[in-house]
Amino acid sequence: MRIPFYVLVTLFYGLSLSAQDYFPINDGVKAENNNFTAFINAKIHITPTKVLEKGTLLIQKGKVIETGKNVQLPKNTVLIDLNGKSIYPSFIDIYSDFGVAKPKPATSGGRSAQYGPSREGYYWNDHIMPENDAISKFNYDRKKAKELREAGFGVVNTHIQDGIARGNGALISLNDIGSDSDRVLADKSAQYFSLTKSVAKRQAYPTSLMGALALLRQMYFDADWYAQGNVTTKDLSLEALNTNKSLVQIIEAKDKDNILRVDKIGDMFNINYTILAGGNEFESVAEIKATNANLIVPINFPDPYDVSDPYLANHVSLEDMRYWNQAPTNPKVLAENNITFGLTLHGQKSTSAFRKNLLKAIAYGLSKTEALEALTTAPAQILGKSNLIGSLQSGSQANFLITSGDIFEEETVLYENWVQGQKHIIKDKELIDIRGNYNLAAGEKVYQLSITGDFDQPKAEVKEGEDKLTSKIEYDDNWLSISFNSKSGDQVFRLSGMATSSSDILKGKLLLPNGTETTFKATKTSAYAEKEKDKSSEKPKVVPITFPNIGYGYSQKPKQESVLFKNATVWTSEDEGILEHTDVLVKNGKIAKIGVDLKPSGATIVDATGKHLTAGIIDEHTHIAALSINESGQNSSAEVKMEDVVDPKHIGIYRDLAGGVTSAQLLHGSANPIGGRSAILKLKWGANADGMIYDNSPKFIKFALGENVKQSNWNSYSRFPQTRMGVEQTFINYFQRAKAYDIKKKSGQPYRFDEEMETLAEIINGERFISCHSYVQSEINMLMKVAEKFNFKINTFTHILEGYKVADKMAEHGVGASTFSDWWAYKFEVNDAIPYNAAIMQSQGITVAINSDDAEMSRRLNQEAAKTVKYGGMTELEAWKMVTINPAKLLHIDDRVGSIKEGKDADLVLWNNNPLSVYAKVEKTMIEGAVYFDLEKDQQQREAIKREKSLLINLMLKEKDKGGPTQEPKKKIQEELHCDSL
Amino acid sequence: MKIFRITIALVLLSATIKGTAQQTPAGVQKEAFSIEGAVAHLGNGEVIENSLIMFEGGKISFVGDAKTRIARKGTIIKADGKHLYPGFIVTCASLGLIEVDAVRASNDKDEIGELIPHVRSLIAYNAESKVVESMRPNGVLLGQISPKGGTISGTSSVMQFDAWNWEDAVIKADDGIHLTWPNSFKLGPFSQGQGRRYQPNENYAKEKEKIISFLKNALAYGKSAVSEINPAYAATQGLFNGAQKLYVYADGEKEIMDAIVKTKDLGVKKVVLVGGYQAYKITEFLKEHDISVLVRAPHNLPSSDDDDYDLPYKLPKILLDSGLLVAMQNASAKNFQNRNLPFYAGQLVQQGLSKEKALQMITQNPAKILGIDQEYGTLEVGKSATLFISEGDALDMRTNQLSRAFIDGRDISLETHQTELWRRYMEKYNGK
Repeated sequence: MRIPFYVLVTLFYGLSLSAQDYFPINDGVKAENNNFTAFINAKIHITPTKVLEKGTLLIQKGKVIETGKNVQLPKNTVLIDLNGKSIYPSFIDIYSDFGVAKPKPATSGGRSAQYGPSREGYYWNDHIMPENDAISKFNYDRKKAKELREAGFGVVNTHIQDGIARGNGALISLNDIGSDSDRVLADKSAQYFSLTKSVAKRQAYPTSLMGALALLRQMYFDADWYAQGNVTTKDLSLEALNTNKSLVQIIEAKDKDNILRVDKIGDMFNINYTILAGGNEFESVAEIKATNANLIVPINFPDPYDVSDPYLANHVSLEDMRYWNQAPTNPKVLAENNITFGLTLHGQKSTSAFRKNLLKAIAYGLSKTEALEALTTAPAQILGKSNLIGSLQSGSQANFLITSGDIFEEETVLYENWVQGQKHIIKDKELIDIRGNYNLAAGEKVYQLSITGDFDQPKAEVKEGEDKLTSKIEYDDNWLSISFNSKSGDQVFRLSGMATSSSDILKGKLLLPNGTETTFKATKTSAYAEKEKDKSSEKPKVVPITFPNIGYGYSQKPKQESVLFKNATVWTSEDEGILEHTDVLVKNGKIAKIGVDLKPSGATIVDATGKHLTAGIIDEHTHIAALSINESGQNSSAEVKMEDVVDPKHIGIYRDLAGGVTSAQLLHGSANPIGGRSAILKLKWGANADGMIYDNSPKFIKFALGENVKQSNWNSYSRFPQTRMGVEQTFINYFQRAKAYDIKKKSGQPYRFDEEMETLAEIINGERFISCHSYVQSEINMLMKVAEKFNFKINTFTHILEGYKVADKMAEHGVGASTFSDWWAYKFEVNDAIPYNAAIMQSQGITVAINSDDAEMSRRLNQEAAKTVKYGGMTELEAWKMVTINPAKLLHIDDRVGSIKEGKDADLVLWNNNPLSVYAKVEKTMIEGAVYFDLEKDQQQREAIKREKSLLINLMLKEKDKGGPTQEPKKKIQEELHCDSL
Repeated sequence: MKIFRITIALVLLSATIKGTAQQTPAGVQKEAFSIEGAVAHLGNGEVIENSLIMFEGGKISFVGDAKTRIARKGTIIKADGKHLYPGFIVTCASLGLIEVDAVRASNDKDEIGELIPHVRSLIAYNAESKVVESMRPNGVLLGQISPKGGTISGTSSVMQFDAWNWEDAVIKADDGIHLTWPNSFKLGPFSQGQGRRYQPNENYAKEKEKIISFLKNALAYGKSAVSEINPAYAATQGLFNGAQKLYVYADGEKEIMDAIVKTKDLGVKKVVLVGGYQAYKITEFLKEHDISVLVRAPHNLPSSDDDDYDLPYKLPKILLDSGLLVAMQNASAKNFQNRNLPFYAGQLVQQGLSKEKALQMITQNPAKILGIDQEYGTLEVGKSATLFISEGDALDMRTNQLSRAFIDGRDISLETHQTELWRRYMEKYNGK
């Protein structure tokens, strides 16, 4: 049997050095080492802010005894004179998977999704694994430990990086000489979470970010319910979650907006998460600061794009170029804003790249003190282990680095990384620097020898006169050996000798080509001069951020203005109809006055002669500005919220504004009979997600019918329902359960808080409105009957392409309709879709809107509305209402928007022509009195994008010329999301 | 079992709903028509404000002012204040090749194989498609029907939209071959953490080479005394003698230049660029090579975040203004969208193009590019009487209201499956 080497090593060291005193030994006699070790004459960084010149560090048994100027050294002290070298506490990474094997990805399970869990005795969702215990999977990894020590790390907090609830982590010292009994500083050091599913599990739910957020929320509700003793069965997951509640709670967000998302969950459940950041926090640092969360920050800065081929460079977006340019400022910006953060290796391409990026962060403004804090005291504090690690105060673990000087300077050498009082050599600090130019007398001749390169891995060049000779050098432990060829190349000279620190002369043995042994002598003629570094210490050029931080973002968020539109043709979308030669005064974000010859009273005048002023267009059905559309892991997903996944950086917002759209309902997709809750947005380009969501937003949810929920058009055969018959039963069953839930809740009995049931109960209670994706008449009729059975009304049928067939029934039920102008023939269920639909429904007294469900159509909804004039002969007045006041009514926001009426929000669009005409173009779009789109400003933006791209391309080309690494041009997929986007 | 059920459902459906077949095609023109008083948009840039247009035997016999002292022939249609247009022409459409996008059984537009010029849209064209029928009430009366998918998708034909069968419908059989040029920058594989991204296509050179090698072999094949059977090479011969055009789909600057230089060098006589998203950057190059363009219709999104929001809106105009021969296509959109062709032209007017030039983009220009301009695309004496009357400006949604339409002088129906349903349900409600 072969015993792996590392086992032998462990046995050896384990027994000889680290045996606990109650462990029996049988390979010798028991011995103790109570000696002290003192490091003297060092510059000691006790903490990032407490630095001693020529100090002494005294350690014993792996711990710091004392650090100071005048340390009393006990007699049994081993002295190490560091002679001007520096000591730093070694670094800590609290987001590591050190020694914990990555779980293997699950193999594909055939053509149908797995909806149920694969475990018994645990939580219903396989991705919730708080029972996972890093220490149970832990195997000390010597190779990785060495790599980490070389990067300066002494302690890592490791955990199993898989699943949404990931269990607890373990705090490990990177001490090669000790055993796990020394290394494991804590086996329950923190509880970890993420928003990403387990790669090892196949359970479908959650398929989306919003599903992951909902799952986390429900998990906490269930844990409370379980803790109160309301569950009679065993749930090992919830038990573990509750047990570990008092630990530090760490969650992976990996993005600035995700930080805000998880912070909201933290607020709901009184958890102050420590959050793994993404690197883009500088873009909205005020909001990040407001979370009060401690962060763990990666510094995996992107390489510049290789933009040398202009055709390929053309594909790189300004957003991506900017990220390359701005990302290195992230640590600086966080520090400036007094956000507590630790740095992590997480996301680095290689451990060795960490140092390069760290120096870059400093070059971009992070102070050295802040950098050291982020690597030592901050992570220790985050873990609540400040007394144990992160500094060199008395009683701390003796974890420290010995360097040649300032650790944040490029040329500084890291010699040793002591962990728990055990020395780990990285570079031999006793090694004499022999670099320099010498006259080498060897045999009959004198050669020129020059030794360059790294001091511990030098390179040699031997010249005879002007001729360079082939040579080789080895240097280790102060022993030097050089071999070189004669000019003719057929003879080899070999010499070897020992370097001494006191002399500039290298001497030793020389073996001549003929085998004769003699001596050589090399006399230093000049010292080694490091190549003059590109210390053109000019500050790196960083372009400013915009709102949002992509092309067409504004350098300042648009502000409310007082504006007087003079002499416009005003489409009121009210009974007043279209008013010619009319003025509209905007003040404080509202429509202050409509009339003739209004006084500006300080307002900016916009001459609207010959132009048309309308209310902003409202799109009842959009999927722009979303990070996910469907949570398709279950047939009901009432627990998910589109408000959780609003993407304020989506260019679709700007393009919609350019088409006169000011409000939109961001709907969940149509994968499930019961979809998710809506986000109703004002398209305030530059605001964050919460800034776009309506205040006191009416509550909506998406439902769906037909082919999508039956999963007819893709290979899925295992999920109920597969027919329209099943769809009805799904609804009835859910509403029955919601009703029972609501009755129990109102009765005052204890009940298990269920977000899904809460949402459905809101529907039954008339507090939440349904917008239901629908096509054929049978299902439309069915859903109305289901609603009537539970005494509520369907608010809106969206798409509703066969609404015209049951318009009388719809009018009777009191439901509104939001439809396409002319879409059909894309699915079997739209065979009978007709463009006259809107007109027919309207004729029967239904409130009808025209929607887009499409980023392209959304930006010219005025034209889509105009089609109702062609198909079915609507008047222009009525047609225009279909994209303004009617959708406002359907969304219950008609008291605020949708028409030009005094007192309403100043959400206005100025057109150069009749807005229903295909020839009309938007000149200005205003929301609450602030101009969010302006044709002239748009022109300036285009120029600015061109200029900035060219500047950044030049900066990237410079980086490439310097020989730095680059990445090939890339472009994000521009997702055009629709109802059935999964 | 599932398929069986769907089949039954389809059979039942067609049995229970009346009038699902297309409107009966009109018979050949027997009597003459004279349309008087309309604003005639001739399709060549000219307008006659108060016009008289006469046609008999399927051909236009008179185009002129209504004040002209000339005997009116046949039925006189008073069209004062109305507008008269030549039938609009779509290109690169798969009308009649697929009925319902999500129903695989109705899909005949994409055959397997990468280089298959020998597959022909002609014989699969469903003249009774309800989607084809829905083109007519918007003035879209003719179109090029092209196969989709693969590298060389197949051979297209030009059809008129009121016919009993494909033989009856065809105007120009096998007019061109459709080639999708590879992209030098394309969607890469899925990677953990990053998802999928566009990135440089490492195989671009190889993919190009496949096409070049195919065309070289096809050319060589044509020069030999052909004995072996090679349907693909045989189907390509028209490209080298000018009988057929090569429609090359390319959007990137680099791809466009590659495609044109390579195919021309290989002896392809007539090349038409389809797509041309970045063509505006190389208009001089395109002119030098005498390339006409079927540009992507304006109702599309910009391809990149940093592009002008209105780039798709103005792109056709930019190309036209540079002096190129330009018409429009919306090949990547769903079939039914082709009826919005007039509004694509309208969108160009929004961008500052004159209405008559915009109109040319869907009449004379496509006719020239498709090689049917001897017969179609303009209102001129001797040409086919393929035209329609609209109550108002046909390029604007509100006023595109057809009252009469003729294809080759045949008085065609403007009713459709959709208008029938409209009437049926309005009757239901009015009858209450």
